[in-house]
Amino acid sequence: MSVQPQMPAVWRVETKPHKFCPGCGHPLVLKALGEAIVELGIQDRAVFGCDIGCSLLAWDFFNIDSVQTHHGRTTPVITGVKRANPDLIGIAYMGDGGGYAIGAQHLVNAATRNEKITVILINNAQYAMTGGQMAPTTLPGQKTETTPYGRDVETQGYPTLGPEMIAAITREGAYAARGTVSNLRQLKRFIKRALENQMAGNGFSFVEAISLCPTNWRTNAEQTWKFAEEEMTKYFKVGEFKTPGEKKEA
Amino acid sequence: MAEKPIVGERKAFMTGNEVTAWAALAAGADIMYGYPITPQTEIMQYWARMAPKFGKTFLQTEDEISAGFATVGGVLAGKRAFTATAGPGNTLMQEAMSMAEMMRIPTVMIVCQRGGPSTATVIYSQQEVTMTCFGGNGEGFRIVYSPSGHQDVFDYTIKAFNTAWKYRFPTFVLSDGYQAKMRESLTIYDPEIRGIKMVPTEAYVGKPGTPGVDREPSLFRNTYNMEEELYEVLMNIKQEYDRVAPEIVEYKEMYTEDAEIVVVAHGVVSRAVEGAVTALREKGIKVGFFRPITLRPFPGQQLKELAGRVKQLLVVESALGQLDKLVKQEIYGVTTPIANYFRPGEGITVEEVIEQVHKLV
Repeated sequence: MSVQPQMPAVWRVETKPHKFCPGCGHPLVLKALGEAIVELGIQDRAVFGCDIGCSLLAWDFFNIDSVQTHHGRTTPVITGVKRANPDLIGIAYMGDGGGYAIGAQHLVNAATRNEKITVILINNAQYAMTGGQMAPTTLPGQKTETTPYGRDVETQGYPTLGPEMIAAITREGAYAARGTVSNLRQLKRFIKRALENQMAGNGFSFVEAISLCPTNWRTNAEQTWKFAEEEMTKYFKVGEFKTPGEKKEA
Repeated sequence: MAEKPIVGERKAFMTGNEVTAWAALAAGADIMYGYPITPQTEIMQYWARMAPKFGKTFLQTEDEISAGFATVGGVLAGKRAFTATAGPGNTLMQEAMSMAEMMRIPTVMIVCQRGGPSTATVIYSQQEVTMTCFGGNGEGFRIVYSPSGHQDVFDYTIKAFNTAWKYRFPTFVLSDGYQAKMRESLTIYDPEIRGIKMVPTEAYVGKPGTPGVDREPSLFRNTYNMEEELYEVLMNIKQEYDRVAPEIVEYKEMYTEDAEIVVVAHGVVSRAVEGAVTALREKGIKVGFFRPITLRPFPGQQLKELAGRVKQLLVVESALGQLDKLVKQEIYGVTTPIANYFRPGEGITVEEVIEQVHKLV
């Protein structure tokens, strides 16, 4: 008899195995999110919105009311839900393209308005669903389908630093952090704090998660972890950038 | 909290934008999301001023894309949420409206048509017919009312909330800059005293109970993996749309029993046509008029039957044939000649319509 790993109570078994590629980072982040939701006891009032791109595959991932929206538009949909019913806990789940490119105006303005929602953004350094094109988070020199000779920062700019930007443009009460799937306990702490921040009505909360995409990175297991743990963290610093209190976890 | 926004009924003399805000309040709308654009802006201004007095809320978003999607979110939370826009703002909102169309989300959107294409004028046109009826990458599963004056704006804004929530299709009130900025007299009223019962709303997400324990989770998507899957979803929507369309269709006709010429117009232009037809009848000219009040679904059967027994049709509109296209598509097979008078982005007077009819006599 095989022993199944323990999954959060909101895990929707009817839709498992999930639809993400082998080695993908999404399910790890979703597992951390699911555990945080269960531990906070907000399963009955959480509303999960997912974007377009690989994140859309999470539309039926949980036993949580969920809505899959358009590319970049999860932030305004969840803003609309939260504004119309402030008792709900709005979670907008998206990729780096959805948050930092096509939906950047929504992210920036939701943050400056201090919307009482939680945005969780997956950073896998490229557009994965469409087959590995350059994203705002593609590293300098990184090869993708649309930067076949590597990202040239002279012509294509530098990668977006999301949590740093959110920390810079928000006022008191906001929360901004970057975690990584290579430190799941910490990532879960960040997600939990982000949700608690919304529950307390403090302000906008944002967590970027450094994630994995062996399919489009064309990496084996060892190379995948090496890229996420060594290459990505050189540019994307893990830690808390803004907390409602004084203390920050580096 | 103050009681009802309108107690009983009363005479008013106000701009169409103010009328719209009053109508939304009277209809029990809960929240408006919007972005400024002329000639719609005062709807937001009046709503923002009056809404808090009645426990209602407003959010000014960063753009019309956001306003459209936030409206979708407000409806998902089970509230009578609405937005209003015009011209280029309407273009941006089509993305959210295509989501509403696919997922049967009863959003209400007021469009105050301005000149197009592009930024054009802030004044007036009837050039947003095609976009409002068929915008986005969609199939036109929408309901579009075309009011002709301030009383209509009030009546049909209230009706739009009920139609949307009864049938669960995105619903539009396609007004224009004249109907937005002009002042007219009308009667504003509490819908209840006219026997109008507001259709109750229902939350899509955040229903009572714990999902997965007391109930199934609400899971909504607009993405499908297989051609067959999408086909089935769309054909079900189509079947439902076709089934309810006859209940929704509205039109007005005048002097059509013995008419030889019938003038077709919608919205504010239909008032010029009504004036012209009335004047021409006094001179013994056998002319009638037909006004679709719903542009989607279109009163096609009624117009086709009428078109088949007259000698001449004349389509009059402040656009280059957007209504004309709808007419021709709906009455396909009828061989009655169709003349037109198109004034894109320009108002049309009674005198102009009279002159056009004289050309056909």
